[in-house]
Amino acid sequence: MKQLLILSGKGGTGKTTVASAFIRLSHAKAYADCDIDAPNLHLVIHHESPAVSSDYYGLPKAEINPDKCIQCDQCQSACRFDAISKSNQYNQYIVDPFSCEGCGVCELVCPVDAILLKPAIAGELILYKNDTIFSTAQLKMGSGTSGKLVTEVKRQLKLDSEHVDLTIIDGSPGIGCPVIASLSGVDMVLVVAEPTISGISDMERIIKTATNFRVKVAVCINKYDVNMKNTEKIMEYCHKHDISYAGIIPYDPDAVKAINQGLSIAELDCAAGRAVREVYDKTADLLSRV
Amino acid sequence: MKIAVLSGKGGTGKTLVSVNLAAVSDQAVYVDCDVEEPNGYLFLKPQNIETEIVSIPIPQVEESLCTGCRKCVDFCKFNALAYIGNSLVIFEDICHSCGGCVTICPEKALTEKAKEIGVVKKGTSDNVMVLSGMMNIGEASGIPIIKKLLKNESLDDSLTVIDCPPGSACTVMESIKDADYCILVAEPSIFGAHNLNLVVELVRLFHKPHGVILNKCLDGVNPSEEYCKKNGLHIIGSLPYDKELGTMNAIGLVAVKESQQYREIFTGLLQAVVEEVGHEATSNT
Amino acid sequence: MRIAIPVDQNTKNTDVCISFGRAPYFMFFNTETKETIFVKNEAADSQGGAGIKAAQTLVDEGADVLLTPRCGENAAVVLQKAKVKIYKTLSGSVQDNLVAFENGKLETLDEIHPGFHGHQEEQK
Repeated sequence: MKQLLILSGKGGTGKTTVASAFIRLSHAKAYADCDIDAPNLHLVIHHESPAVSSDYYGLPKAEINPDKCIQCDQCQSACRFDAISKSNQYNQYIVDPFSCEGCGVCELVCPVDAILLKPAIAGELILYKNDTIFSTAQLKMGSGTSGKLVTEVKRQLKLDSEHVDLTIIDGSPGIGCPVIASLSGVDMVLVVAEPTISGISDMERIIKTATNFRVKVAVCINKYDVNMKNTEKIMEYCHKHDISYAGIIPYDPDAVKAINQGLSIAELDCAAGRAVREVYDKTADLLSRV
Repeated sequence: MKIAVLSGKGGTGKTLVSVNLAAVSDQAVYVDCDVEEPNGYLFLKPQNIETEIVSIPIPQVEESLCTGCRKCVDFCKFNALAYIGNSLVIFEDICHSCGGCVTICPEKALTEKAKEIGVVKKGTSDNVMVLSGMMNIGEASGIPIIKKLLKNESLDDSLTVIDCPPGSACTVMESIKDADYCILVAEPSIFGAHNLNLVVELVRLFHKPHGVILNKCLDGVNPSEEYCKKNGLHIIGSLPYDKELGTMNAIGLVAVKESQQYREIFTGLLQAVVEEVGHEATSNT
Repeated sequence: MRIAIPVDQNTKNTDVCISFGRAPYFMFFNTETKETIFVKNEAADSQGGAGIKAAQTLVDEGADVLLTPRCGENAAVVLQKAKVKIYKTLSGSVQDNLVAFENGKLETLDEIHPGFHGHQEEQK
């Protein structure tokens, strides 16, 4: 079973556009959306089967019992995250759940045991399952520690897909925790790069991250015709650092049209659709040799 | 006046809008709160840069005082401490700097030292004061850097444009805490509309007056525009999909400095936003 | 010698778990007494630093050897300090791996992967 992860660095480079096309072209039986902050894959890959959801518990959050609280202010002084304040309206100390990091210091210092850490739901794990398996999640707004939720998405995917040849994962943007969590155990990463200054900078950082995990990396350039000079820079970078090059996709207004109809670009006859087919063929070939 | 610019995902044009609104005004402060991937400085190219290091306190152990009671190891919710072979091991990168272990140690064997997590850089670019935060790779949270950025006194007296991180996580919340108004940037795809929904929820939760700028507009159906109309969201204005704008952006040029057309467009957008903030102020009194 | 293995279930015919830090259980096999015990991995539910807490559990249970498919760098720091030797498992059941280990067929685990907070700067 081979696992292909699609990353980009910044959002907006076309990661989900490419991932959804690959899913269609490969007829992959199992796939996941690990962009749990703002999952989008389900908007172009539809499932008839109902979703099975489960709660995801993140860091616990502190709660102050106003009946026990003696307003000594020790909790507010001790909190390093500015999560505790006195509400003048209600004349009580309250915890801001968005700032609370669940460290437990307030619970520790309270002289009257008025504070307890309570489990807090930080998101929702979602699984669609019929003849294909689609694992995803939605992180609750303002939550942190999303690396673990990504790990849950991947674990959920693996549970039901042991006999599947290929799984495709639409990764998270950035280079932080969620990306690193999605990297573990994958066979190859396809980086979708865009030919802009920020795009190139982000591409370099994501490549470094992936190669640190000793995962094979390939790069494709989306909207390559927006800036030919930058496109050439990317190709030179790949050549210089011995990174596999998987091809180019032109900017194509029909691509947006396809997405807006809830279709992957592979399902519409357009320039981007034709180009992504070639990128897919190259990627599949590279993946077969890993 | 503090205006925060946010979007559900990166790539919708948040930095484009922030940088150009700051540049087109008479005098402004541009604050880049996307401390993981700051980009604004690539366009504004600030000079006379002053750098300030941002650090957080993390524990250090005085071995001679440590009795191996492991109260700190058991307390730490982040598992940043381990006790092996008669000594305490502190995992500095995992530590969230809560200070709990120092408090709980009955022998006072733990004290704190400063750990650098990033920098704040201040510079000027013509009429714009540029404040950029940069987090060191591998750090757990950029929030202390964002807090430092937004504490700068210059923000109180000027028009301030805050370029927020993408998404709706804790760093975004920190970035908009003191904003007077939030501009939500959306692109015309169902992805854009879906992501817009997330940040609308966020600004409503924080009771922030807000409006939408539609970017990369093409002919035909605009799911983000439809979303705005359906949900009663005020549309401040829009920017066309323009290959020329894309090209300037790709090589790090500030559109309002290169093009009279964009100078006019962004002046209009800025005026519209300032008026909106004015309305909010008067309607609240 | 006490051999520790991350496992999916607390039964002897279980498979080796693909994760170390978040394995549901650890199996401990004592080569002298031939005794097998299972310990629940409290680290599995942790938000972060799971590898560290899991490694601490192993150290506290007196493990001499760890058989695992992978190990993160933070866990490795704990284990190496405690002089626990780490070997790379082959695919298959726990029993297959125990036999392979006793026959000297398992290699030491040299690929320690970076922690989830990224230690790229420290890669030498």
